[in-house]
Amino acid sequence: MASTITTVPNAGAPIAGSRRSFWSRLRDGDEIARLITFLFAASVVFVTLLLIFELWRGSALPRHKFGFHFLTTQVWDPILDQFGALPFIYGTLVTSGLALLLAVPLGIGAAIFLAELAPARVSDTLQFFIDLLAAVPSVIYGLLGFLALIPLMRDYIQPALKKTLGFLPFFTGPMYGLGFLTAGIVLAIMVIPYIISVSREVLLSVPRDQREAALALGSTRWESTWKVVVPFARTGIMGSIFLALARALGETMAVTMVIGNVVTISPSLFSPGYSIAAVIANEFTEATGDLYLQALVELGLVLFFLTFILNGLARLLIVATSQRGSGMGHT
Amino acid sequence: MHASARPAVSVNFTPPVTNASSREPAAALSMRMNIHKVNFYYGTKQTLFDISLGIANSKVTALIGPSGCGKSTLLRTLNRMHETVRHARLEGEILLDNKNILAQDVTALRRRVGMVFQRPNPFPKSIFENVAYGLRINGTKLAMADAVEKSLRHAALWDEVKDHLHKSAYELSGGQQQRLCIARALAVEPEVLLLDEPCSALDPISTAKIEELLVSLKDLCTIAIVTHNMQQAARVSDFTAFLLMGQLIEFSPTPHLFTTPSDPRTEAYITGRFG
Amino acid sequence: MSGRLRWRKFISNFMLTMTGLCAFVAVSVLFLILGYLVYNGGTSISWNFFTKLPAPVGETGGGMANAIIGSGKLLLVATLFGVPIGFFGAIYLAEFSGSKTAFVVRYAADLLNGVPSIVIGIFAYSLVVLPFKHFSTMAGGFALGMMMIPITLRSTEEFLLAVPRALREGAMALGASKWKTIATVIVPAAYRGILTAILLAFARVAGETAPLLFTSFGNRYWSHGWSEPTSSLPVMIFTYAISPYEDWHRQAWAAGLVLLALILVVNIIARAILARGIAVPRT
Repeated sequence: MASTITTVPNAGAPIAGSRRSFWSRLRDGDEIARLITFLFAASVVFVTLLLIFELWRGSALPRHKFGFHFLTTQVWDPILDQFGALPFIYGTLVTSGLALLLAVPLGIGAAIFLAELAPARVSDTLQFFIDLLAAVPSVIYGLLGFLALIPLMRDYIQPALKKTLGFLPFFTGPMYGLGFLTAGIVLAIMVIPYIISVSREVLLSVPRDQREAALALGSTRWESTWKVVVPFARTGIMGSIFLALARALGETMAVTMVIGNVVTISPSLFSPGYSIAAVIANEFTEATGDLYLQALVELGLVLFFLTFILNGLARLLIVATSQRGSGMGHT
Repeated sequence: MHASARPAVSVNFTPPVTNASSREPAAALSMRMNIHKVNFYYGTKQTLFDISLGIANSKVTALIGPSGCGKSTLLRTLNRMHETVRHARLEGEILLDNKNILAQDVTALRRRVGMVFQRPNPFPKSIFENVAYGLRINGTKLAMADAVEKSLRHAALWDEVKDHLHKSAYELSGGQQQRLCIARALAVEPEVLLLDEPCSALDPISTAKIEELLVSLKDLCTIAIVTHNMQQAARVSDFTAFLLMGQLIEFSPTPHLFTTPSDPRTEAYITGRFG
Repeated sequence: MSGRLRWRKFISNFMLTMTGLCAFVAVSVLFLILGYLVYNGGTSISWNFFTKLPAPVGETGGGMANAIIGSGKLLLVATLFGVPIGFFGAIYLAEFSGSKTAFVVRYAADLLNGVPSIVIGIFAYSLVVLPFKHFSTMAGGFALGMMMIPITLRSTEEFLLAVPRALREGAMALGASKWKTIATVIVPAAYRGILTAILLAFARVAGETAPLLFTSFGNRYWSHGWSEPTSSLPVMIFTYAISPYEDWHRQAWAAGLVLLALILVVNIIARAILARGIAVPRT
């Protein structure tokens, strides 16, 4: 009597619902692969957490000694063991703010040109160059800033500003060529590529029919761009600005080479100053004593928090625009 | 094929049809716009072939035909929106009140010939600002609030939004957004209003509201509408043009085209044998 | 045409020209930088530059041989440390992980990416320099490697996910286990993007100076092995540029040219590789 016997192939694949022992699962190549790659992925999280922990632990002394006054004290005196972050926060904010003042109009203007006007190939080629500009390292900007820009500022630009706008407190005082203004200019050049890249992408993602609706109402090209397309993309553009600001805040080399590295708070943009990143770069290896060193670490912690918040906000804003672009309106 | 070369403003309507027996008697109709031997190309590919027809003043003209027949392309030439596409090329003449629109300033033209798009596309502004947009850039003699109200009333939307003018346009339903887009287009007082499948993204109730609206707008402006919905064309329009593969097959008064079409292809389309 | 319309059209043309000017200015900065470096540094690039050690302060004729080798060693350590973490971590994210773990890992990577490089330097200092009580190549390489992780991770993940389902399913239908599918089908399919990611990460950290200031620190002589402080191109540029010596300035320009040329070439190669490969849908 012939009967067909079907054998269930047992290829080692787990039978649905069964629980194999850890060791038998481990012999399966996939489990090992999963475990190994998990360890690598987990190490990313681990290293990030460790970084935050080390910053926190490494700044314990000044945190306990000064508390929040650290952020508001002007005095930075290693000899008297008095450490306050205010001059550096001031310098960081002034130079970054100046950088944005210069970079945002230029960057958004360029992004508008690339997204709205330039034919696709021209736009892509120019964007390629902008991406290369973003790849230029900080120290190169510093090199150019120090050896080329500072003399230019000292001999031509600062005197010109003083002559025309010298009645304002911003353009007073001795002109050394370095200082807040010079650092702001260098930073502006460094962050422009970020504003352009992100804004261009955001503008390109604005639905076509927004622009067409504006044109169909008799708008000029500029009106349709400025009054309809750009407002539509405004949250994403804001995101690009936050991103640029985060970059500017953390910039070290270019700033330290042109800002003058003097602990001072002054309204004049010609004045030399200091930024958080610059003081860490300059004094870290010279710091004598734990309190001094840990004060510098605490500055690093402050910088970390600032960039953390800004980057988070930036990402939210950029995501928000892309979502608005896709699913418009409620029904 | 056909007849009228450059018609004067007031002519006896002569539809450019293969079958001459469909001539309209008597009633003198003026052509607001005239399309004269228009050929259209995307790069090297030709998509419209020798199209000539007239858009009658204060009437609704519908353009129908299967997908890809060129009806939207044709509509968009009427306000030169085809120029926003890089490789688009137009040959022929298009006249508005007997003046070639291709020789005029395009920005001024688009104020006179307005457009409503397939998907509602209100600006990311308030309801009020959406309608006011055209007024702000072109300047208006009325006070802004009055002008906005006037347009919203014409679009049969005023009662629904009058207490919410400063809310975002995106809070409106799809049908309301489309009526807002109509109000926005009407605000600049166009002479011709072009609608490109305005109801295809809407539910039947909103569609019905807009169809009602279109009939009432005839007194305000001349209307040209592209639709893939034949019943809509039959309900709403005075004249219908049937296009197939870039060619104008038949153009006649709507009742005639739908009951006794002259061309067998028209008949095949409207009886649903293809489409 | 009415006067108002004429004005509006004038404004339109004017403003659009201005935006073109903005784009022109932005792009020309790149060429300005290159021009400056070539003009000032081109003449100083010599055989000496590449082969000699730095001369004593004030003397001419020195070179940056140790800095070039030093940078090479640092980048080697960085790549060996950062790339595997990024690569295998990305495989986990793309192939194995659930969405919650993936979110946490991605978030951590993005966070790490946004940390200013000087803060990374502080971290590397406390982790690698303090315990061993001296500056070292290892510490510098560790800092740079940390910075390579996020770029490598996110990009590799993106390219792995872009591999078409059909390819995966085809392999698995033939009985290949998951890891075999990954190793023999998915990764090779995505190799262009992965290579690009590694090159871009490399170019990014090649120019970094700040994290090296207190990790690898610097060295006037050859650095032996991996636990000595070492010289590097970026740090040399910094030190020489702000010095008062003309000869050092000239060397700084030369080093800047070499460094920038290296970075730009790697960037261009990376993008060229990508351009020839599978088009990845942009998210």
